[in-house]
Amino acid sequence: MSHDHSLSPEIHDPAKATHEGKHKYLGLWFFLGGETVLFASFFATYLALRNSTAGGPSSQELFGLELVFVMTILLLTSSLTSVYAIYHMKNHDFKKMQLWFGITALLGLGFLGFEIYEFTHYITDYSFTFRSSAFGSAFYTLVGFHGGHVVFGLSWLTALMVRNAKRGLSLYNAPKYNTFAIYWHFIDVVWVFIFTVVYLMGMVS
Amino acid sequence: MTGANINKINSFKKQKQKEEMKHQVITFALMIIFTLVAFIAVGAGMNKTYVIPLILILALVQVGFQFYYFMHMKDKGHEVISSLIYGGIWIAAVTVLTFTTIIWW
Amino acid sequence: MSIASTQKKGFGAILWDYLTTVDHKKIGNMYLAAGAFFFLLGGIEALIIRIQLIKPENDFISAGLYNEMITMHGTTMIFFAAMPMLLGFMNGVMPLQIGARDVAFPFLNSLGFWLFLLGGILMNLSWFFGGAPDAGWTGYAPLSTSSPGHGLDYYVMGLQLSGAGTLMGGINFLVTIVTMRGPGMTYMRMPLFTWTTFVASILILFAFPALTVGLFLLQFDRMFGSAFFDVALGGNSVIWQHLFWIFGHPEVYILILPAFGIFSEIIPTFSKKRLFGYSSMVFATFLIAFLGFMVWAHHMFTVGLGPVANSIFAVGTMAIAVPTGIKIFNWLATMWGGSIKINSAMLWALGFIPSFTIGGMTGVMLGASTADFQYHDTYFVIAHFHYVIVGGVVFGILAGLHYWWPKFFGKVLNETMGKIAFWLFFIGFHLTFFIQHFLGLMGMPRRYWVFLENQGLDTGNLISTIGAFFMAAGSIVFIINIIYTTAKGEKAANDPWGTGRTLEWAISSPAPEYNFKQLPLVRGLDPYWIEKMDGNTKMTPAEPLDDIHMPNGSILPVVISIGFFIASFGFIYQVDNKSWLIVLFAGMVIAIGSMLIRSLKDDHGHHIHKEDLEKEAD
Repeated sequence: MSHDHSLSPEIHDPAKATHEGKHKYLGLWFFLGGETVLFASFFATYLALRNSTAGGPSSQELFGLELVFVMTILLLTSSLTSVYAIYHMKNHDFKKMQLWFGITALLGLGFLGFEIYEFTHYITDYSFTFRSSAFGSAFYTLVGFHGGHVVFGLSWLTALMVRNAKRGLSLYNAPKYNTFAIYWHFIDVVWVFIFTVVYLMGMVS
Repeated sequence: MTGANINKINSFKKQKQKEEMKHQVITFALMIIFTLVAFIAVGAGMNKTYVIPLILILALVQVGFQFYYFMHMKDKGHEVISSLIYGGIWIAAVTVLTFTTIIWW
Repeated sequence: MSIASTQKKGFGAILWDYLTTVDHKKIGNMYLAAGAFFFLLGGIEALIIRIQLIKPENDFISAGLYNEMITMHGTTMIFFAAMPMLLGFMNGVMPLQIGARDVAFPFLNSLGFWLFLLGGILMNLSWFFGGAPDAGWTGYAPLSTSSPGHGLDYYVMGLQLSGAGTLMGGINFLVTIVTMRGPGMTYMRMPLFTWTTFVASILILFAFPALTVGLFLLQFDRMFGSAFFDVALGGNSVIWQHLFWIFGHPEVYILILPAFGIFSEIIPTFSKKRLFGYSSMVFATFLIAFLGFMVWAHHMFTVGLGPVANSIFAVGTMAIAVPTGIKIFNWLATMWGGSIKINSAMLWALGFIPSFTIGGMTGVMLGASTADFQYHDTYFVIAHFHYVIVGGVVFGILAGLHYWWPKFFGKVLNETMGKIAFWLFFIGFHLTFFIQHFLGLMGMPRRYWVFLENQGLDTGNLISTIGAFFMAAGSIVFIINIIYTTAKGEKAANDPWGTGRTLEWAISSPAPEYNFKQLPLVRGLDPYWIEKMDGNTKMTPAEPLDDIHMPNGSILPVVISIGFFIASFGFIYQVDNKSWLIVLFAGMVIAIGSMLIRSLKDDHGHHIHKEDLEKEAD
């Protein structure tokens, strides 16, 4: 059992070449199993309360398709760019990996910017807040928790990229990048349900 | 292992990776199409009884793509992972079903 | 780093050692100690409740204080006593049973412990800062949203902290069992306690997020003015009940499954027979876990969910009796024809079977949704869940303490005192709770401060209170036993029972820091027993002696937990005065800053060298 973390060419997947890497990979996946239930509880609460507007603005009055579409495309694309990053990681190409992760971060940042714009828009133009109604509470909590996950993901990625910028890829940091990528895809999965269940269904009914 | 061998393995590996990457891009294209269809269906003002099941199915398929391709759940060695994820999905489904049926409003 | 440095150390050094440890065995011991402390707190609260109910219209404590007592008793016992002690066993035993040197995430494991401990301390501090939570351990909205003062805020933050810690523990155990089983340790060779640890961890993983969400909603309603449970703004308080019980019902299986695991270790060891129906035991464990997630609404039969929902949940509830019955029969069949040795550990196991079966039976009665309208919120329910939780979980913990004490602390607990403690506690337990079935059927409601005289409830309540004092006496004898053993007890052998079957008995008591000098080769179920039957005295090593890689200790888990602990005060008091937000942010900076340090600083661990290992005696 060697604890040398340098990268040799015969290593196929640097993210899973060490025990620590395998543990991290499994641990993150299991955590996502728990996150599934966490978000399901938020979704369920939202579905239960989405018509409880207490005389305030309803989902049809609030939501607009264009903004949500742009946000969706941004986040979906960031998912693909992180796949590219991992592709380069498996080819041991650190520079290209950092580049693609950098693009991922920018796309995520763009998504976040639009989300902040969206929330301020609702608050200033519609006086629709967290406290307006049960619908308001449920909406901001569900979408806000997703946004919080994006913030956390971006901080995580930034820390990783800055910390390792000069050190290059190793068996010590490859698992960290890889677990981040899986986490980032999961954020995208949650968003797919948010744009479908919250926004699109909110526009229909 | 000799250097030549490593190179050989590497080129084989790279080939495999490239192929896989092609699949990922196709997956992505499909996801974008699904998203477009969902948005257009809602934007066009289709009947509620059709559009809600449609967009839900599109979302489910898209999420399946994410899990199996982007997150590699289709790869070997993901048996325990998928059973736990399906466990989570099952409980998620039961929770959502409950909150849309028996919260006694 | 040398292991010879574990000689005599000063108090400060020992304290620092425990604060920074990432060794699963030490963390396990800390879980046990902290759990025992909270167990005593919860026990004192229980005695106060029983003293208040010793006679009709008693005025031993005020109504408000009584509400705080019942709330704190329930919450403390479930979250801060029973669960941590079971997590202690999991930490102390499971890695040894699967032939692993460590757990998958030693740092996370330590963080989980400290979060739990500070969560428990936080909630109990509410006694000193304006009153404890008083909405029952279930914290039903709108009672919990409208409860004045900060008691409920402490409840929310305390549970949030310890819940996060438990989730970390669960993930750690899952990954450990999946990836770190030793050579030859296939899934179907894992001891039952490891299996139940695995399944309980799955339940933790899926159940705790629901509680987390429920607590967030309550926290937002109480602290930030949201309207989840505010009917005037369209809120719905049934949401809390669902979220709480989607968590709460699996929670009782998180408690009972590891206890089942403990009994499944003890009964074969002291019957000198392999566990009867091993595969069916594993299968039954999974079935209980699966069904355990599908039955939460049986706590809500009287809410008015409608006959269809009630029927579905009633059928599911009764179905759980089947896998549980399988287990009971397997334990009986294990003992059948075995050469049974009755010592304290075995006594608790033997006491468990009839006690738990009674609790299971009343469970089926309560599961009949139509009849439940009569039982709901009466002492019948109290009697039922104390029969399963005390008769199942607490008996399991006490049995496990006797059984594994030598492995944890290197000494065998005194048998005489163990037996005295058992009989006092066992008799006291049945005195306290058996009569409560009838009190409940006669209509005595739970959570009431007083009852009236001449309603046929006087004698029953008196008996119940007397029983509680017997249980207290039993606990005191047990504590004396611990003190006596620590002071006087002799050093235990590797396998002090002589009939140990699983891997933990093949190594020294207590286990060395690295658990196994050479990982053992597992040749089947009950690997140590197999070697004994082949005339070997120890396990066959599966690898040559080599350097052992160990994780480095760290103070960061404590610092992170303290950060969140401080931030919790900010959350609680910013409602009164916005300047408390400074405390909130300061706490968060400490916590997140330490997390950042952890993530930026490389930590490759260290090695125990082969030469040092060779010096160690076997």
